[in-house]
Amino acid sequence: MTKYLFKRLLQLIPLLIGISLISFFVIHLAPGDPTNLFTTPNVKPEELARIRANFGLDKPVIIQYFYWLVNILKGNFGTDLLTGRPVVIEILERLPATLLLTGSAYILTFLLAIPLGVLSAVKKNSWFDKSVTLFSFAGMATPSFWLALILMLVFAVKLDWLPAVGMYTFTLKDSPWFIRAWDVCLHLILPVTTMTLVSLAGLTRYQRAAMLEILNKDYIRTARAKGLPERVVIFKHALRNALIPIVTIFGLSLPDIFGGAFIIETVFGWPGMGRLGVQAVFQRNYPLIMGIVMFSAFLIIIGNLLADLLYAWVDPRIRLGEKKQ
Amino acid sequence: MIFKNGTFTFGIIILFIMALAAIFAPLIAPFDPAGIIEKDTLAPSLMHFFGTDDLGRDIFSRAIFGARISLTVGLVAVTLALLIGTLMGALAGYYGGWLDNVVMRLVDIMLAFPSIFLLLAIQAMLTPNIYNVMVVIGLTSWMGVARLVRAEFLSLKERQFVEAARAIGCSDSRIIFKHILPNAIVPIVVAGALGMGGAILTESALSFLGMGVQPPMPSWGNMLMDAQAYLWDAPWMAVIPGILIFLAVLSLYFVGEGLREYLNPRKV
Repeated sequence: MTKYLFKRLLQLIPLLIGISLISFFVIHLAPGDPTNLFTTPNVKPEELARIRANFGLDKPVIIQYFYWLVNILKGNFGTDLLTGRPVVIEILERLPATLLLTGSAYILTFLLAIPLGVLSAVKKNSWFDKSVTLFSFAGMATPSFWLALILMLVFAVKLDWLPAVGMYTFTLKDSPWFIRAWDVCLHLILPVTTMTLVSLAGLTRYQRAAMLEILNKDYIRTARAKGLPERVVIFKHALRNALIPIVTIFGLSLPDIFGGAFIIETVFGWPGMGRLGVQAVFQRNYPLIMGIVMFSAFLIIIGNLLADLLYAWVDPRIRLGEKKQ
Repeated sequence: MIFKNGTFTFGIIILFIMALAAIFAPLIAPFDPAGIIEKDTLAPSLMHFFGTDDLGRDIFSRAIFGARISLTVGLVAVTLALLIGTLMGALAGYYGGWLDNVVMRLVDIMLAFPSIFLLLAIQAMLTPNIYNVMVVIGLTSWMGVARLVRAEFLSLKERQFVEAARAIGCSDSRIIFKHILPNAIVPIVVAGALGMGGAILTESALSFLGMGVQPPMPSWGNMLMDAQAYLWDAPWMAVIPGILIFLAVLSLYFVGEGLREYLNPRKV
C-alpha cells in the first residue's frame, strides 16, 4: 500500500506541471498585456517600460513561466489586481463556504444515488426502475442554473418559504450562534437541492449499471442456485461488489461538482470561491483567475488521489495484488 | 424497428421540429427577434405565444432564432470534439507506447480542470462571441471521446482482420481509417449525440453568465441572462428558454441511448 501511494504521488508531478503550463498559456492568450489594465494610453513609453520590467514582462515567455512557477512553489500566487491583497488569502477566505456547499451536495448525492441505483437494478423494468431512469435523463438534461432559477421562483419568490440569495441574513448578525447556524442551513437548502438534483442523475444511472452487471455474474447465480434467500444474495453478495466501482466515481465526479459551484454560487450569491472566480473573470483579474484555476485543479487532483486510494483499500484484489509483487 | 423505442421516437420528433424551426426561422418567426415591438414583460397571449421580455421583444420569435444559434453551436462544437477525440484516441490506441502515454496524460490534465471555469477564463481572455464559444467548447470536451476511441482501438487492433490487412501490406493510416475506424463508429456516433447535448448545456451556461453568445443575437442561454431580475414580474422569461434547452438536450440523450441499444443490443 505504501509503495502504491508513493507511485501515485510521483505521478502527480507531471500532472501538476501540465496543469500549470496550460494555466500559464491561457493567461498569455490575452491580447495585449496586463499593464493595459492599470495604465492609461497616455502614459510615457519609458514609464511603461519601467512598469513592464517591474512585472518581468520584458523577459521571454519561458523565463516568465519559470518565475511564476517558482513563486507558486513558494505559495505566492500574486496579488489581486483590485484589492491588492494576496490571491491565496482571498481564496482561502472563500474556500470554507464552497466546501460547505459542495460537501453537503456531494454527500447528499451519494446517499440518494446509491440506494436509488441499487433498487432500480434489483427491480429492473418495474415502474420504479422506469421512473428512476426517466428522472435520471431529465436530471442530466436540465441546465443547473435554470433549475436554480425555477426553485428560486417557486420556493423563494412565490411561496416565500426560503431565502433566495446569500449565506446569511444581515439582520441576524448579532444573534446567538445557533440562530445564525440555522440561518445558514436555511440558505443552504436551495443551492444544495439544485446541485444534488443535477448530479444525482448520472450517478444513479452509473450505480444501476454497476449493480446490473454484478447481478448477471455467475457467482450470483450460484448463490441463488444453492438456495440462499434473495435478501442475502442482494445485500451480502451483490451489493458489496457493486459499491466498488462507485468509489472511482467519488473522484471522477469532483470536477463536475466543483464546476457546478461556479454557476450555482453565482446564481445564489453564495460567497464562495466559485462566485469569486466568476467575478474575477468579469474583472479580468488575471492573478485571481489563475490562482483559482490552479487551486481548483489541485483540489480535484487530491480528490482523485483519495478516491484511488480508497478504491485500492476497498478492493482486496488491488490491495493483495500489490503485496504479491 | 428502431421506432418501436418510444423515447427514441420522441427525441427524433422533437429534434426534427427544432431543426425545422431553426432552418426556417425567418419564415416562421412572427416578429423581428431583435426588434422592440411591444410593451415590456407582457404575459403569454395569442398575439405573443411566449410573452415579451424586459425590453419588449417577442420571446417566441427570439426562441426560434435562438434555436438556430444554440443548435449550431452544439453541432459545431461536438463535431470539433469528435474530430480531435477520434484522432487522439486512434493514435494513442493504435500506436501505444510513448504516444499513448503523452495523449492519456494530456487527457488527465484536461480532465483535472473544472471545465466551465476554464471556459469562462478563456472566454474572458478572448472576446466572447459565437465562434469562440464553438471552438472553445470543442477544445475542452474531446477527452471522453479520446478515451472511448482508444479503448475500441486497443481491442480491435488485436483482431484478425487487422492482422490480415497488415499482412497484405496496408499502410498504418489505411488500417486506422479504413479498417479499424469503421468498426468503432457506433460508440462514436452515440458519444456524438450525447456530446451535442452536453455542448448545448455548456453554451447555455456560458451565455447565461454573459461569456457566451452576445446580445442582441439570441441564444437560449443568453435569453435567461436577464430573467433572474424579472423572476417576480415575468416568470415566463425564465421558464420558456429553459424548457427548450431541456427538451433539446433530453431528445439528444434519448436518441443517443436509443441508437446505442439498437446498434449494440448485447451491451445493454
